[in-house]
Amino acid sequence: MLELKHIYKTYNPGSVNEMCLFDDFNLVVPDGQFVSVVGSNGSGKTSMLNIICGSITADKGEVVVNGKNIAGQKDYIRHKTIGRVYQDPSKGTCPTMNIFENMSIADNKGKRFGLQPGVNKNRKDYYRELLKGLGLGLEDKLYTKVGALSGGQRQAVALLMSTMTPLEFLILDEHTAALDPKTADIIMELTDKIVREKHVTTIMVTHNLRYASTYGDRLLMMHEGAAILDKAYEEKKSMNPDQIMHLFNEISVECGN
Amino acid sequence: MILVISVLEQGLCYAIMALGMYITYKILDFPDMTVDGGFPFGICLAVVMIRAGVSPILTLPICFAAGCLIGVCTGIIHVVFHVRDLLAGIIMMTGLYSVNLRIAGKANLPMYDYYTIFDNKLMNGIFLKMPRFLRPFQSVIILLVITVLVKLILDWYLKTRSGMMLQAVGDNDVLVTSMGVDRGKVRIIGLAIANGLVALSGSIYAQQQRYFDVSMGTGTAVIGLASVIIGTALLKKVSAVKVTTSVIAGAIVYKACVAVAIKCGLKSTDLKLITAVLFLAILIITRDRKHKEA
Repeated sequence: MLELKHIYKTYNPGSVNEMCLFDDFNLVVPDGQFVSVVGSNGSGKTSMLNIICGSITADKGEVVVNGKNIAGQKDYIRHKTIGRVYQDPSKGTCPTMNIFENMSIADNKGKRFGLQPGVNKNRKDYYRELLKGLGLGLEDKLYTKVGALSGGQRQAVALLMSTMTPLEFLILDEHTAALDPKTADIIMELTDKIVREKHVTTIMVTHNLRYASTYGDRLLMMHEGAAILDKAYEEKKSMNPDQIMHLFNEISVECGN
Repeated sequence: MILVISVLEQGLCYAIMALGMYITYKILDFPDMTVDGGFPFGICLAVVMIRAGVSPILTLPICFAAGCLIGVCTGIIHVVFHVRDLLAGIIMMTGLYSVNLRIAGKANLPMYDYYTIFDNKLMNGIFLKMPRFLRPFQSVIILLVITVLVKLILDWYLKTRSGMMLQAVGDNDVLVTSMGVDRGKVRIIGLAIANGLVALSGSIYAQQQRYFDVSMGTGTAVIGLASVIIGTALLKKVSAVKVTTSVIAGAIVYKACVAVAIKCGLKSTDLKLITAVLFLAILIITRDRKHKEA
């Protein structure tokens, strides 16, 4: 279970650009829940993810995972049990290495990165199997440099890599935003499949209201550092995309977007 | 003939230093100026040790280890105190100048009457049994063996998990964090290995030159960078060889260019000017002016 308790965050404190984002923000995500988060720019979606992952620290407040406050923990330690996919497809992979090497790195996550051989040839068939599941024909491109793949292919590999080892959370930060609509649909389908298979607690930030309403167990709409809409399970299912769109427009008009 | 031997000897001495610079400049994307102090650091350490009676072969691992410590210092300045990469190197380089003078005790220190890894009873004995035409190449062959050995170890290391993390951190350090690994630590390890190689190279150069002079380090970083850039540019033409091999070739080509320039009538006092102009020419020709290519 993930809990954000009384989070406070102010950007540029003491300057003319001072911006208070979170003022006593609270959130509880039960185990296995798939949360979709929408909201306009600057509403605090990505800041929330960054506070969970430790990329930025909150001014005050607790990040509690399974009863333990991890707010003071370094980002790389938290990432041992967090899988994260970024908006930018190049952030999840290593462009100068081939797919095989990239997947080997991900496969070794959580183990010691010592002087053992970096790749294990015996795992090759397993990687092929995983890549085949993507349905993008990447299983024949094990020795292609990731830098030579398209954005969608890279993002698919990044998604696969971030979910190869056992995870506490999967954090998806607008991971379909940089892709064309068709590829985005494929990646979204894959995401849903992986989340269902692994029953991993997932927080997905998206600008795509259709994805937000179709996928996930819970819908969160953020506005100026607060959740103005929070519907889970049955309640969420009863909402249609138009209703969400309507609400979204209202808050967008309010802040002039 | 003597010219060829001298180019090969000097080129191979600098090749190990260039391998170190390959790690910092190409893999870590870190222009490491520490080298200008780390290379003479290896030289003076080796000269002082040999004069004190330490076995020449033993100076190599000791200098490597001492160089690693220097790299760790540069790494800590950069990673822990968030000093910019170039400045971290310049701070270390400046400090090492005095450290080197302290170690040596004076600005130059000869060791002409001592055995070295090139000139000792065992090696002289081996080469005495070899065909006559091989004898002038005694130093070159010993250097070649050492360089190839270092290259093979480096190749092996880059294929280990730790080595792959090193490559990943220069490529995309977000991924390293995502893997639950401290990217700062990986950078420090990389700088340690690189500077270890630089000091090792210095200790070999010391035994080839048989003296230490405090000004020997000036321009080392430029020579190393030029070698790496020539090497990687050569690699684009022939993709069958490993980068490490082409960096070694780059160091030899670079030394050959300098030798030709001197042969063409320039004085040896013009050496640093040749070094600088040649480096600029290489940067312009290879278009390696901005480090990251798309």
